[in-house]
Amino acid sequence: MLSAETIIFASLCYLGLLFAAAYFGDKSAAAGRSIINSPYVYALSLAVYCTAWTFYGSVGRAVQGGPGFLTIYLGPTLTFTLGWFVLRKMLRISRIHRITSIADFIASRYGKSVILGGVVSVIAVLGIVPYISLQLKAISTSFLLLTRYPGYFMPQHAGRVPFFEDTAFYVALVMAAFAVLFGTRKVEATERHEGIVAAVALESLVKLVAFLAVGLFVTYGIYNGFDDLFTQARSQPELAAMFTIGDQPGAYTSWTVLVLLSMLAILLLPRQFQVAVIENVSEEHLKKAIWLFPLYMLAINLFVMPVACAGMLEFAGQAVDPDTFVLILPLAHHQAQLTLLVFIGGMSAATGMVIVETIALSTMISNNIVMPLLLHLPALKMAQRRDFGAWLVAIRHAAIVVTILLGYFYFHFTAEFYPLVAIGLVSFAGVAQFAPSLLGGLFWKGGSKAGALCGLTAGFLIWLYTLVLPPLIDAGLLPQAFITEGPWGLQFLRPFQLFGLKGFDHVSHGVFWSLLLNSAAYVGVSLFSRPSALEHSQATMFVDVFRFTGDTDEAPLWRGTARIPDLKSLLERFLGPARTAEALAQYANQHTIDWERSLAADPGFVTYVEKLLAGAVGSASARVVVASVVKEEPLGIREVMGILDETRQAITYSRQLMKTSAELRAANERLKELDRLKDEFLSTVSHELRTPLTSIQSLAEILRDYPDTDEQQKQKFLGIMIKEIQRLARLINQVLNFQKIESGRMQWQIGSVDLRKVIEDAVAASSQLVTNKQIRLQVDLPDAVPAIIGDRDQLIQAMVNLISNAVKFCEEKTGVIAIALARRGDTLRVSVQDNGVGISAADQRVIFEQFRQVATAGRGRPPGSGLGLTITRRIIEFHGGRISVESEPGQGATFTFEIPLQTPLAAQGGS
Amino acid sequence: MTRDSIINKRLIGLFLLGFLLFNYPFVSLFNLPVFVLGFPLLYAYLFAAWAVYILLIVLIIHSRPRGES
Repeated sequence: MLSAETIIFASLCYLGLLFAAAYFGDKSAAAGRSIINSPYVYALSLAVYCTAWTFYGSVGRAVQGGPGFLTIYLGPTLTFTLGWFVLRKMLRISRIHRITSIADFIASRYGKSVILGGVVSVIAVLGIVPYISLQLKAISTSFLLLTRYPGYFMPQHAGRVPFFEDTAFYVALVMAAFAVLFGTRKVEATERHEGIVAAVALESLVKLVAFLAVGLFVTYGIYNGFDDLFTQARSQPELAAMFTIGDQPGAYTSWTVLVLLSMLAILLLPRQFQVAVIENVSEEHLKKAIWLFPLYMLAINLFVMPVACAGMLEFAGQAVDPDTFVLILPLAHHQAQLTLLVFIGGMSAATGMVIVETIALSTMISNNIVMPLLLHLPALKMAQRRDFGAWLVAIRHAAIVVTILLGYFYFHFTAEFYPLVAIGLVSFAGVAQFAPSLLGGLFWKGGSKAGALCGLTAGFLIWLYTLVLPPLIDAGLLPQAFITEGPWGLQFLRPFQLFGLKGFDHVSHGVFWSLLLNSAAYVGVSLFSRPSALEHSQATMFVDVFRFTGDTDEAPLWRGTARIPDLKSLLERFLGPARTAEALAQYANQHTIDWERSLAADPGFVTYVEKLLAGAVGSASARVVVASVVKEEPLGIREVMGILDETRQAITYSRQLMKTSAELRAANERLKELDRLKDEFLSTVSHELRTPLTSIQSLAEILRDYPDTDEQQKQKFLGIMIKEIQRLARLINQVLNFQKIESGRMQWQIGSVDLRKVIEDAVAASSQLVTNKQIRLQVDLPDAVPAIIGDRDQLIQAMVNLISNAVKFCEEKTGVIAIALARRGDTLRVSVQDNGVGISAADQRVIFEQFRQVATAGRGRPPGSGLGLTITRRIIEFHGGRISVESEPGQGATFTFEIPLQTPLAAQGGS
Repeated sequence: MTRDSIINKRLIGLFLLGFLLFNYPFVSLFNLPVFVLGFPLLYAYLFAAWAVYILLIVLIIHSRPRGES
C-alpha cells in the first residue's frame, strides 16, 4: 500500500521543510524580524518535551498501566504553574550571567566550578544518549512497520538490520547535519538559535495535528464516538485494567513518584533547559506559556486512551505491540495518507527531541568537558591560540556528530539485550539528580560546591546501581543472583530492594533512594563546608537575582591588574575581530571609555569580558581563560562580605540619606543659632565697652574744658574714670581669656593650690563690689582641706566670676551671699548661694553656654559680657570638675562646683 | 504589593491545590471501575480537573487585580 519510496520521499520532503523553516528563522532573525518572538512559538517549542516516547509510547503505557501515563504530563503542568516564580528566576539569572547550559548554570552557581560542570555534563550525556537512541529506534521501527505491513507486527529486533539499510541511520546523519548547520552558527552559545526554534515549533505543530488526526479517525471513523468506543471496551473484561490505576500495593506511590519525577524533568532535561531558558526571547512569554504548554499536553493526550482501547479491541489475541497502535490502526483501515501523516508526526516528535537535545549536549561537552581539559593542558597553550573561536565551533560540531552516532549505535548494538521501553523514565531519573543542586542553589545561599558535588555523585551512583545496572542482568552480563541475593550475597544491597526497602516499583525505588541520598548529601555537606569567596558572591547573585538590576552593574568582585589590549586580543581570539569590536563599542557606549587613552582595565570591564567569554565557553572555562591574562589578587572572604554589605547598604541608602539630611538640617539650625548668639554677643560687648568709654571721655572733657572745677570734684571724676577704666580692662581681659581657653592657647600655671586660700583671695578681690551694693557675705570654710594641683589664678578668677554673678542678681542692701567649702569623699565641693531673683529651669540649661545672658523680667539684660559663667565652667572642667546650678525663680540660686582631689593635672604638675 | 507578587501568590496557591488534586489520596477517590457519561471515571476526572486547572491559570494570569484600570 505504501511503498518504501513513497515514505522516503515524504520523509525527505518533510526534512526539507524543516531546513527551510530553520533557514527562514535564521534569515528573519538576521533581518531583525524575529519570528520566534511570540509566546505561541515559545510554548510550541517547549512541546519538544513530547517525544516519540509520547507519540508512540503513551498508548503502550495506557494499555499496561491505565491512566498512569498522564502523570508524565500532569507534573510539568504543575511545575509550569510555578513558572512565574521558578523559571523566571532561572531566565533572569541565565541572561545576566550568560549561561549556556544546565551544566553551566550549576557550575556558575557554585563558584564557576570546572569540576561540577564536568560532573553534570557527564551525568547528562550518560542519561540522555539512550533517550536519543530511543527516538532513533522509533523512526527505524515505524519505517519497518510501514514497509513490511502486514507481515511485520512485532519489530522487536530492529537492531538486526544492517545500519546502512536502516532509515534511522540516515535520519541520524541528516539530524546531525541539521544541528551542525543551524545549531552552531555562532561561537556564543547564549545566542538564540532562531532557526532551530522555528523548526522545533513547526515540528510540535505537526506532531499534535498528526496525533489529533489519528485520534479523531479512530474515535469517529472506526467507532461512533467516545460512547461507542468505551461501551465496547467495557464489555471486554480483559480491558478493565486499563481504566483504573489498580489497587496493587505501591500503585499510588508510583503515581506520586512519577508526578514528582516529571515535575523535575521539565526543568532539568537539557533540551527543556535549552528551549525554555537559553532560547527564550522575553520573560513576558512565560505568562502565556504557563497555560499554553499544559493545554498542548492535554490536547496531545486526549486520544491516547481511545487509541489504546481501539487497538486492544481491534487486535485482540494478535501479537501486536501496543506502542505501534497509532500507526497500525490507520494502516489496517487502509488510510494511506493518514498513516503517512502519523509517520511524519512520529518522526517530527523524534527529530525535534534529537536536534535540541544534541545541541544542548554538544554545548555541555564542548564547554564543560573538552574545553576545561584543553585549557588545563599547559602544553597545548590553548588560551594563547589565535583561532580559538574556530576550534570551539569545530569541537561542537564533533560533539554533535558523536552524540547522535552514539545514540544510533547504542540502540543498534544494545537493542537485542537492553530493553528500551524503560529508558524514558530512567533518563528522567538521571536528570532529576540535578534537582537538589539547581533548585537548592536557586533559593538557598547556604548550598555549597562541596555539597553539590557530593549530592550529585551520591545520586548518580545510586541511579546507576538501581536503574542502569539491573537490566544488564537480563542480557546475561551479570548473574541473576545479583538481583535476588545481592552482590556477594549481601542481601541489603539488592539493587531493587536497597537496604531492604520493599513495596516500590523499580523506578520509584531508584528515584526514592537516589534523590533522598542526593538531597541529604547536598544539604548535609553544605552545612558543614566553608564556601570560598567566589562561591559566596555567586550564591548571593543567584539567589537575590531580582535585587541586582542591571546586566553589568553588580558589585565588581574582582581585584587585580589587567591591560585592556590583553583582554581585547583575548576576545578577538574567541569571538573574532568583528564581534569583539561590536562588543567593545557597546561597552564604551555605556561607560564612556577612551580606548586609546586608558590601558588598565577596571573591574567592571574585566567582568564584562569574562561574561562575554562565558557566553562562548561557559562560566568555568571563561574564568580560567581570563585568569590567564589577568594578574589577579586573591579576594578574601572578608572583602567579599564587605562588598556584599555595601550592596545591602545601598538598598537602605535612601533611608540613611533622609536621616543624614535631617541631621544636616539640625546642624544648620544650630549654626544659625550660634550665629545669632555671636551677633548678640558683639552688640553686648560693644555696648559694654562703649558705656565706660563714653563716661571716661565726657569726664575727661569736663576736666579739660573747666580747669577751674574744684579739687574735690576733680578727685571724684578721676576716681570714676579709674573705676571705668578698670571695668574696661576687666571686660577686655575676660574676652581675651575666653578666646584663649576656647582656642586651647591658654597658658595654665600649674601648681599646688589650697582652695581655702583661693576663696579668701576671691572674696577679697570682690569685696569692693559687695560693699558697694551693701550685700552681706558669709564665708564658711573648714579648718583645712587637702591641696589640689591646678592653676591658682584661674581658680580665683572662677570664684570671682561666681561671686560677681551672685552680686549682679542680688537686691541692694537685702542681698545675702553664702560661700561654703566642704570635702565630699574624693572631691572638694564649693557652693555660692545667693537670695537673688533666681533662674528659670529653661535658663538653667543654657546658662553656661557662651554668649548667653539671661534676661529677667523688669531688669532687662544684666551688665557684663555673658562670658563669665562660660569661662568659669571651662576652668572647672579643666581641673576635671563639674559645675551645676540649682535655682527656682524668686528663691535665689546656688552654683556648686566640685573638683576631684586628684585632678587630671596632677601628673603634669608634679613635673 | 505589586501585581507580580499577587500573581505569584495566587499561582503558588493553585499549585498546592493541583498537587492535591493530581495525587494520592484524591486520585484514589476516583480510582473505581465506574463509567460516567460513557467515560471511565478516573480518566474523566483527570481530564476535567486538568482542564479546570488550566482555566484557573488563565484567569489568574490574565485577570486584572482590582483597582487597576
